[in-house]
Formats: sequence, structure tokens, C-alpha cells
Amino acid sequence: MRGANLLVTFRAALLRRATRAVPGALCIALLVGPIVALVVYACSTRWFFPQLLPAEWTLTPLLRQLGSPQTRVALRASLLTAGVTTALALVLGLPAARVLGLWRFRGRTLVLLILFLPTVVPPLAIGMGLNILALRLGLAGSLLGVVLVHLVPVLPYTIFALLGVFARYDEGYELQARTLGAGPLRVWFRVAWPLLGPGLTVAALFAFLVSWSQYLLTLLIGGGRVITLPMLLFAAVAGGNPTSIAGLALLFAAPPVLAIALAARALAAGSAEVGQQY
Amino acid sequence: MSSGRAPFLIWVALAPALTVIGLLVGVSLVYGVAQSLGAVPGGGEGRLSLDAYRSLLVGPTPAAREFWPALGFSLWVSGASTALSALGALLVAAALTARQRQPTGATLLVLNLNLAFPHLVWAVALSLLLAQSGLLARIAFALGLIDAPAQFPVLVRDRYGFGIIMHYVSKEIPFLVLIVLAILRTQGGQYDLVAENLGASPWQRLRYVTLPLVLPGLAAGAALVFAFVLGAYEVPALLGVRYPRMLAVLALEFFVNPDLNRRAEGMAISLLISVLTVMVVGLGRVRWSA
Repeated sequence: MRGANLLVTFRAALLRRATRAVPGALCIALLVGPIVALVVYACSTRWFFPQLLPAEWTLTPLLRQLGSPQTRVALRASLLTAGVTTALALVLGLPAARVLGLWRFRGRTLVLLILFLPTVVPPLAIGMGLNILALRLGLAGSLLGVVLVHLVPVLPYTIFALLGVFARYDEGYELQARTLGAGPLRVWFRVAWPLLGPGLTVAALFAFLVSWSQYLLTLLIGGGRVITLPMLLFAAVAGGNPTSIAGLALLFAAPPVLAIALAARALAAGSAEVGQQY
Repeated sequence: MSSGRAPFLIWVALAPALTVIGLLVGVSLVYGVAQSLGAVPGGGEGRLSLDAYRSLLVGPTPAAREFWPALGFSLWVSGASTALSALGALLVAAALTARQRQPTGATLLVLNLNLAFPHLVWAVALSLLLAQSGLLARIAFALGLIDAPAQFPVLVRDRYGFGIIMHYVSKEIPFLVLIVLAILRTQGGQYDLVAENLGASPWQRLRYVTLPLVLPGLAAGAALVFAFVLGAYEVPALLGVRYPRMLAVLALEFFVNPDLNRRAEGMAISLLISVLTVMVVGLGRVRWSA
């Protein structure tokens, strides 16, 4: 009798545990499954439908993809665009973020609102609106035009990331160093940079990633002449085989994923709000 | 000290960033509105009219026949994605913080890594997983559930937008979880412990302790998600079908049409999307922070 009772209890517990595990398992499958599929496809060759796993694991297609002139040109364009955009965003964003983070003044809320607006207006509307103007100014199809339009989503994110950094910063240290006779350069290198460095690095990283991931703005202003990696990937999806699509996608995802993994410590320290959309 | 600063210096520091953003966004809006009203920049300036809006909003024109289903489809996809991500994020965050267990570095890393994947890459990965000859279909075949790819359900490029919704749910749950975790971390998990000691069940703790605590932040985050999905182009273009399409896809297709009337209509659609997204985000901030 007792044994049967135990069995019933055991079964009920098992069932309860199983029903509780289902949402978790589904969540993990949805979060991890696509990454697994991407990696397996990128390392496969001639992998036809019913086969559960590729008969042969190989890096050849991935390496061929990396070596092709088309990919290299796109990689260069992507790095150049994102690099220049990041540098510009930091130069423009640093003074603004410092003032907004350290001081309260009349009109501050309005400034924040103006800077917040482009993160809400879809890139589609921004790109379509600037398309004709870029054509007129001769900026369409040029790297400069693409960099300028990338600043619309990148600069606000950079400023918001830096805002958090400056909110935890005390200007008093700089003042003390100045009082003790240090020059501006020395104050920057010996006081400001050691305190602000990690935050600035994370902000620069996010600026780079937001620019790196842009597709639509590059398309609308680059006019098919500035070919970055996402442009190549989008074209490949229309008519490529799964292996080369997966290879290209992996190549495109590698820098952001590596960067986030390296910055994980800084992220865990509490700038979760910076993640956002890009 | 901070209030004694010369206002002049403040505005000098702000000027570069404000000028760049103000100029680019302002000019883009002015040109956008002008084009939607039928002005042809560069060409002879024709008369301004509301024709584009009229033909979109009041049928029976070809544009209206496409606009209204696209609006409905966009609202369905954005609404479903937002609701499911918010619910998922709440459950995941509650599970992660249950029993005073601090989320480990590894968990945070996984969430951040998911955010690091560009949307384009994630959409590609999802379609490799869920396509009718994808990884999941192969697993189903190996388990003897299906005999041919055609028997596997259409999960991406389906007419109900399931593929697009699944994309955004899996991308936005980590985003919202990080917001909720940040709130729970700063606003003390002690309430949860008190409630547990007073005999509250896990469900009661979620409903009466965690939810009220995180609701303002979660609502603002969810509004951002809704606006983002409503205005996004890449993912619905990759994971969607020709009919029904989402508004952003329709807008770009009209915009690149050589017919100038269509261009005006495309521009009008993208402005209507912008108005919607700004309104939704504004509501998400105001409604809950009051």
C-alpha cells in the first residue's frame, strides 16, 4: 500500500517537475538553438535534408568565404564606416555627455528629449527623408554620407552610455589636481582617464556595434555603392546556399560577439540599460 | 557649484552634438513631409496636396487595399512580439532571482551575447533552425515524426508572421530581462524574502511583489520593443511573405518605385509609422511613471 502511495507521489512530482521544466527548456531552445544551427551549417558541406548531422565537418567554405575579394572589400568598408562613425560620435558626444551627466541646468530635459527622439523614429523614415538630400549634395554612394547618416542612431546611444559614466564621476578630483598644480593634459591622463577609461571603452564599443549592424541606412544613403557586410549578407540570403549564408552570417556576428564577451565584466558591473536595439 | 556655471559654456559643449542630430533629423523630417505631400525635390515644384494620404487611407485605391492589411499585420506582429517578450522576460527574471539566488555571471553573459547578435544574423540563424529542411526538421525526421520536409510546419516565411514574432521574442526577452534584473537589483530583493516568510506562494510573490516593482520599467521597455518592431525593415523582409507584408516593407517598396505617386505614398507610410512609434513610446513612459 505504502509503496503504491510513494509511487503516485513520485509520479506526481516527476510530472510537476516536467511541466515546470518545459517553459525553461523552450526558452533555452529559442535562445541557443539558432546559434547551434548557424555554427553547424557554417561548418558543413553538401549536407542534404534527412541527414541529422553533416557527414563531414570542414572549415573550408568558411575560409574560402573569408578569402574572397568580395568579402574582403565589404569587411574593409564595414570596419572603416563603423570606425570613423565611432570616432566622430565620441568627439561630438563626450562634451555633451559630460555637461548632461554632471550638471543640472535649464533646458536639460529638452536636450535629452531631442537626443532621445532619433532612437524612437525608425531608421526607415530617417533614411528615406535624407535620400534625396544626399543625392543632391553628392553624398549618396559615398562613405562620408553613410557615416553621417549612421551618426543619427549612433550618437544618441553613445551619449546615453557616456551619461551613465559621468553621472558616477566627481569633478572634484580634477579640481584638486588643478589646485595642486597639474596642467590640463596631466589632469586628463592621470586623473580623468583612469576614472573614465572603462566607461569610455564600453561606450565606444556600443557605438561601433550600432554602426556595424546598420543595413537600411547604408542601403538608402550608400545607394548600392557602399557595400558593407550586412549588404552582402542580405544579398546572399536571396540566392545563396545555406553553408555560404551561414559562413557570412558568422563572420558578420563574430566581432560584436567577441567584443561583448570581452566587455562582459564591465557589463555585469551594471550598465544593463546600454544594451538597447541595433 | 554646478548651478554657478556659465550657461554659455554649457551650450558650447552641447552645440556640436545637438547641431548634428537636429540638422540630420530635422532635414530628414522636412524633406520627408514635403515628399509625402507631393513636392518633387529637384524637379519642378508641383502643388502640395494630401493625395498620398488620401489614397492610402480612404479606398478603394490599390494603395489603400495594401495599406490597411499591412497596418493590421504590423500591429499583430508588434503586439504579439511585445506581449510575449514582456511575459517571457518577467518569468525568466523571476526564475533567475528566485530563492535569493543572484544571477550568475554566466547567465548575464548568455543574455548579453544574445543581444550582441545583429538582427540580420539572428534572422538568418532562426531560418536555418526552423525552415522545412532546417535543423529542427532534421531532428523531427530522425525521431520519425515526419517523412518529408513538406510535412514540417511552416514556421518561417509563413503568412501569420510566426517566424517574425519568434525572432523578436527570442531577441527581446534578453533585452527586457536585463531591464527587469537591473530594477530588482537596485530596488532590493528583500520584499520577496519578506513575502515568502509571510507564506506567499511563488505565484503570489510574482503577482503582488515582483510585478508592481518592475512594471514601470518593464512597460517603458515594452513600449520601446513595440516601436522598434513596428518600424523595423530587415527582419520582416527576410522572414516574411509577399502577402501580408508589414508596413515598413510596404513603405520601402513604394519608395523605390519609379512612379512618383508611389514614392509619395511610401514616404507617407513611413511618417505614419514614425508618428505611431513616438506616440507608443511616449505613452509607455507617461502612463506608468505617473
